[in-house]
This record gives sequence, structure tokens and C-alpha cells, in this order.
Amino acid sequence: MDKPFAITLDPGSSLANKTGSWRTFKPVYLDRLPPCNATCPAGENIQGWLFHAESGDYEAAWRSLTENNPLPAIMGRVCYHPCEGACNRQHVDTAVGINSIERFLGDEAIRRGWAFPKPAVKTGKRVLVVGAGPSGLSAAYHLARLGHAVEVQEAGPYAGGMMRFGIPKYRLPREVIEAEVGRILDLGVVLRLNCKVSSIEQAMKEGQFDAAFLAVGAHIGKRAYIPAGTAAKMVDAVSVLRSMEGEEPPMLGRRVVVYGGGNTAIDVARTVKRMGAEPVIVYRRTRDKAPAHDFEIEEALQEGVMVKWLSTIKQAEEGEITIEKMALDEKGFPQPTGEFETLAADSVVLALGQDVDLGLLDGVPGLEVKDGTVQVGPNMMTGHPGIFAGGDMVPSERTVTVAVGHGKKAARHIDAWLRGTAYVPPPKPEIAGIEKLNTWYYSEAPHVVRPTLDILRRQSSFEEVVQGLDETNALFEARRCLSCGNCFECDNCYGVCPDNAVIKLGPGKRFEFNYDYCKGCGICATECPCGAIKMVAEGN
Amino acid sequence: MSFQPIKFYQTGTFTVGNRLLAPEERSVQASAKRFNSINSGHRACQGCGEALGARYAIDAAMEATQGRLIAANATGCLEVFSTPYPETSWQIPWIHSLFGNTAAVASGIAAAQKVKMKKGERRNIRVVAQGGDGGTTDIGFGCLSGMFERNDDVLYICYDNGGYMNTGVQRSSATPPAARTSTTPAAGAEPGNVFGQGKYLPAIALAHEIPYVATATVADLRDLEAKVRRAMEIRGARYIHILVPCPLGWGTAASDTVRMARLAKETGVFPVFEAEYGEIKSVLAIRHRLPVEDYLKPQKRYAHLFGKTPRIDVIARLQALADRNIRKYGLLGKEAN
Repeated sequence: MDKPFAITLDPGSSLANKTGSWRTFKPVYLDRLPPCNATCPAGENIQGWLFHAESGDYEAAWRSLTENNPLPAIMGRVCYHPCEGACNRQHVDTAVGINSIERFLGDEAIRRGWAFPKPAVKTGKRVLVVGAGPSGLSAAYHLARLGHAVEVQEAGPYAGGMMRFGIPKYRLPREVIEAEVGRILDLGVVLRLNCKVSSIEQAMKEGQFDAAFLAVGAHIGKRAYIPAGTAAKMVDAVSVLRSMEGEEPPMLGRRVVVYGGGNTAIDVARTVKRMGAEPVIVYRRTRDKAPAHDFEIEEALQEGVMVKWLSTIKQAEEGEITIEKMALDEKGFPQPTGEFETLAADSVVLALGQDVDLGLLDGVPGLEVKDGTVQVGPNMMTGHPGIFAGGDMVPSERTVTVAVGHGKKAARHIDAWLRGTAYVPPPKPEIAGIEKLNTWYYSEAPHVVRPTLDILRRQSSFEEVVQGLDETNALFEARRCLSCGNCFECDNCYGVCPDNAVIKLGPGKRFEFNYDYCKGCGICATECPCGAIKMVAEGN
Repeated sequence: MSFQPIKFYQTGTFTVGNRLLAPEERSVQASAKRFNSINSGHRACQGCGEALGARYAIDAAMEATQGRLIAANATGCLEVFSTPYPETSWQIPWIHSLFGNTAAVASGIAAAQKVKMKKGERRNIRVVAQGGDGGTTDIGFGCLSGMFERNDDVLYICYDNGGYMNTGVQRSSATPPAARTSTTPAAGAEPGNVFGQGKYLPAIALAHEIPYVATATVADLRDLEAKVRRAMEIRGARYIHILVPCPLGWGTAASDTVRMARLAKETGVFPVFEAEYGEIKSVLAIRHRLPVEDYLKPQKRYAHLFGKTPRIDVIARLQALADRNIRKYGLLGKEAN
């Protein structure tokens, strides 16, 4: 009533004007699947644990990591890190050194003595794990955390399986295996060494186990027919690597020919080089066709390992072998050329792959064995109810990381099976490809190169070749993560909205949209560095 | 092992906030308690660069003055969309002037403030004037030049979107060459706005040798906030010229507003610098230099350059202007960050 001159209305706020009604598209927050996570054979949430590492909270990072993989210090040394091959940062500069950060976290955990939380409830169920390799250990760990009583029976004198008897010390120091295995045993897992299971049915009956997970690996070296004189010395690669763990190193002589082109061949050649011998790898195809990882070939060559590409062994005699030159045909297969060459050789090591010892499965009904491996369903269960299998003994890529992934997957299905249900994995969100990101926002940063021991030291000792990161460069490396597809609370959406229609919920709680005022312009989605906002059409 | 004394924060200061930085190192806009000087519900188009730029600038000024601020606002988009009587989006003391006299109104407020201080007013209240490029470079130019030459204690902020947008996209003296507007159609031998016309107001402000002149864009928030903060530390006439892309007038996607501002800066089309008393003190370096096509192509106002027979000659002239900016202001600074 008592208004100033010419004023007839009370002043109002524009909040009365709900501009959300203009919208035809609306922004929604989502978590996309980062490419690293999508490719990890162990199913790690890499972006998730890097998020904690970025703020320097290494314990939280380690705890997040070990939700999926109990062996980070081992992984950080022997994993072939397909995650880095998928990393979106390679399109910006170079991939994030995920593997080296994982190793840093694993080493930090050992140094600080971080332990796993004890399971809250016991289920009263008993599970037998056969084999204390990566797959068996992983399954034992997950089953124990789910509250089951787990017993691991291992035929060998130490835990670790192929990590111990197949991977040389210069790649994986034994203390690291001991520390990470010890932490799993601290959960209450029982480990029985030198305990070979000869019949799985009998072992289950005797120990009153409700389920079993088989992970005996593939330890029998494959043979190839090579005409050989009586005095020719031929051994298989697995037994050479295994004997490195014993008291007496193998007697191979000075000139050692390694036959094969896989990682095991490289491991043997590098091992005998360290023992003072002169290894020559003979492989029938070319370097780019060799199954060994190229960086391992490169490291072997740097250390002075000789390689005869495109060659097969025709004959072995005492002190020398005959090799035949091969040529690749148009299909890429090696064909003999009829050209021969002799090579001095005190011994020949066959590294032609490994077979599985399936003796313990004799007479078990329902099992299917094909091409020397045990067939399992999508739930890792064999044809016999209650018996699951994983690792090198089932058809798959034979790496430590794949084995760890099998262990986890099997544990989830065993747990569900014991409860009389079925484990249904959550649906996978869409992949956060590089096109979903706005990489302008990320600071330029060079890749931290892991320092390597100088070449001479490497050739003469079994010290670790690749050294770890220290805290400064681990933090630096972690912060190179682009956090693909997952909000890392950079406040960009909150800042760039011309309509103040983004609500900041506080640290760790992310944001939400105020759809009363959001006009749907989409700036937030365009300017989100990591692609965690999507524009979706409004319904009617 | 060599020690790496690198401070590296993932996105550094490129993003609005950064959880890895200490709270005092974060931007005003990252704070949950920012002023929101211009509130939700305003009637600006989707993706309006001016609404965004105004909030960035005035929030920073409010922060710098602890909320003791009066703003005078020229007629233009900013006034029309924020304050249709009787509603307003402004959460600060705010006065609407005529189209052409905002600088004079602000000078008056500053003068009144001086008198009040003499009469015992203790609060130190500061004055901001703001307007679009039409109200600044054309219609309000005389009042602005007077404010500069008297060195009145006012920060004048010009939100430059290169034309009279809310009246139907007419050309202003800040419309860039070759751009199509409703008064410079894409027709004839030299389509769009004419080369060699118009004026670059930051340089005119520099020539007045006032205490502070700066340019900024909505794509570099931290730079913009630092400039407003610096301006509020200084007494006398100050001028900040902010590039605010206009989806309507430029013919760009509403979602590309910040991206367009970034491209303007990264191509050298819009130099970002600051100057004191007529001398340039610093420039915001280009991070990844790009050709002007990258900036021109997404804009419909330049579509006539990319028709059946692309106007390579015109694009080359625009590139030459950008190259001159890069040379003149030294925009390829050493530090990439």
C-alpha cells in the first residue's frame, strides 16, 4: 500500500521462474567404465584405487585395490599390464604407469604391515583349494573374506606355484611372495605344503569339504621330437626354472640353446645368462610373431641373449646342434628352406609350452577334458557339481593376472553355490573412451620412467631388474590418471553452469542437478574433463 | 634416484576446483558458499556466456570486497534477461541505467560514496559498472572515456559477445570482421562484417593510461578471477573486457560456449592480457596453438566462409589478424601451463 512513487508490485526473485521447463535434453551424472578396468583380467577397479592414491591416501588405495586382488606387490612386478595398453592417457601423452603404482602400493603395504580385515561372519562351510598358485591363493583369499573356512593343499614345498617355480628371482623376489601369501594366511586360511592331492573326490570326502577349487596349474614341459644322439643333453624349461629354487642349480654347460619363443624361453635364457652361460634362443618364426612380450625380448637382447629367428632344431648331438633356416610363407607360417647350420651347444632347453597334470581328476564323473585342459562353465564350475577350476588348467591365456581373476570369479560363484543361489555379475556400464573426455583440462606431465639397474649389474646378478617408484614419483604418476568416466570432483560442472543449476554436495558426495532451473544447455557435459555427465533426451 | 620436486595436481588450475589443492588455493566459483550474485531463473538463452561471465566476475568482486559492492548495469542482454520487472536475479545492490550512461551512473555512485565517507560513512563500498559490447564500445563510449580520463574509482566490466544480440543480432563496433549479423549479411564480394572497421576497446582503454586494463574469457576462470581481484585492489578507473560467446548470435551449440571462448584464446583471435598504467604486464599464453578455422568452423556466423567454394582468402586474412595478435602480445609464452 505504502509503495514508492510509480511502484505497484513487490520486488520478486527470478527463482519464481522455473527455467527447467525449457529443457529438451537433460544432463545426468553417470559412472562409465574406464578402459583400464575393462581390460584388467583380475577385474581391478584401477581408476577407483588411483583416486585414493592421488590424494596420497595410500592405505585407502591399497584397500580398494585388494578388494579385487590380494597380490599387488606381485602384480606390480609380473603383470603384463593390459590396462596400460588401454589407458586413455596414451592419446594425450603416454599411458599412466598403473603397474608401477600398484607395485608401490603393494610394497608400501608390506613395509607398513597393513592387514586384511577379518571376515565378520563365519558361514560354517568348508572349501578345499588345490594348488597354492596365483589362482588358488586368490580364490582362498576371497572365500575367506566371504566367511568360509578354506584349506589350501599344495604339492610343492612352497606356496606361489608358477610365480615361484616359473618366474625368475630377478623379476619377482621371493620375500614379496612370502609377504603377500602370509597376509592371506593371516585371514585364517590353512596352507598344507608337500601335500599332493591324488584324488579330488577322496580328498574332499576326507576333509569334509563342501566345495573345491582346483588350480593345479600347468607344470609339465611339452616335448618335441628331435633326433638326438645319446650324449645330447636335453631338458625342459620348467624343470630348469624349478631347480633354480632348490639347493643345486642345473648343470647346463656354457653354451645353452633355448628352443621356443614364449615368455618361458626368455625367462630361461635370461636366467642362464645370469649363471654365466651363453644362451642362444632358437625360434621358428620372427620376433613380431613370437608369443613372448616384446619388452621381455628387448631386455633379453640388451643383456646379451642371442636369438636365431626363423630356425628349427633338426638334430642334436653332444656339443652341437643342427638348425634349419625357415622362411615365412604368404600366410605367415614358417616353411623349411633346406639350408642348414650347426651351432655349438652343451645343452638344449625345450621351452615349448606346458601341459596340465590331470591325475587328480581320474574317475570323477561329469568332468570334461579337452586339449589337455579342464572345461568349465561361465561360473568356473566343472561338469561335476561343487568342483570348480581355474588358472592355467582351464582354457585361457596363461598369465598370473588371468589366474588371479579366475580365483576371484570362482570364489564368487562358489560362495553363491554354497548358499544355494547364483552369482549374477552387475551389468557393465558403457566404456569411457577418449572421445567422451575433455582432455584440455589435464596438465601436461611426462611419464615417470622407472629406473632400471645398469646393464652390467643385471647380467651378473639376480637382483631385480626393474626398480620401484618412491613416494614423490608414485604420487606424480597417480595424478596423471584422467579418472575416465568417473567424477573426481573437479567442480567444473558446478562452475560452468550459467544457471547455477548444479548443487555441490561436499567432499566425497559429488554433485546433483537442480532440474527446476537447468535449461539443458549441456555445457557441463562438454566441459566435464572425465566424461561423467551424459545428455539424455527428455521424455514428454 | 633423482628427486622430482614437481608439484602436479592432475588438472592443476585448469578446472574450476581441484580437491587436491588446499582450500585457499581454490577458485571462488568452486566454493559451495559463493555469492551467486546472479541467481537461477534468469531468462538468458541456453548456454549464455554472458550470464556465466557476469557471475564469474561479480562473484569474484563480491568476494574481494566482502560483499560491499554496488553495480550499475547498462541496458542490454544482461539487464533484460536478469531483471524483468518485478523480478530480478541479482542478489547484490544493482541499478539499471540507460543504454549509454552506465559509466556516468557509476561515476556518480562513486562520487556519492566519496561524499558519504567524508560525512562519516565507515563502510568501504566499491562500485562496478557493467554492460555489453554495444553499451560499451558504441553507445556508452563517451561516458566511459570520460570515466577513464577523470580516473573515477569504478571497475567497468564489458561482456563482449560481438553484437546486439537480444534485439536480433545487429552489428556493433565490436563485431569481428567477416562475421554475419542481421545488418552485415553474408552477401556480395565481401560478405559479413567489413574488414578495417570497428574498434578494439581494450587498446583504447590502454591509451587512457588508466591504472588497470585486462582482458579475459569465460574459458579461463582462474585468470578471470585473479584479474577481478587485482582490479579491486586498485583505486581509480579500471577496465576488464571479457569475451562471452553467444550461442544465438554466433550460431554455435549451447553446449559449446566455454569451448568457443577457449578456441578464441588458443587461436590468438582474442588476446588475453593485463596492463597497468598503459603498459602490458602479463599475457595468458596459448597452451596448444590452433588454426583460426578451428574457431570459425563451428560458428554459423562464419558459415559463408566454408561454403561450396571456401573463402580461403578471407580465412587467411583472419589468420593474419590472429597471427598479429600472437606476435604483438607475445601469446606463445614459454610456460605451457
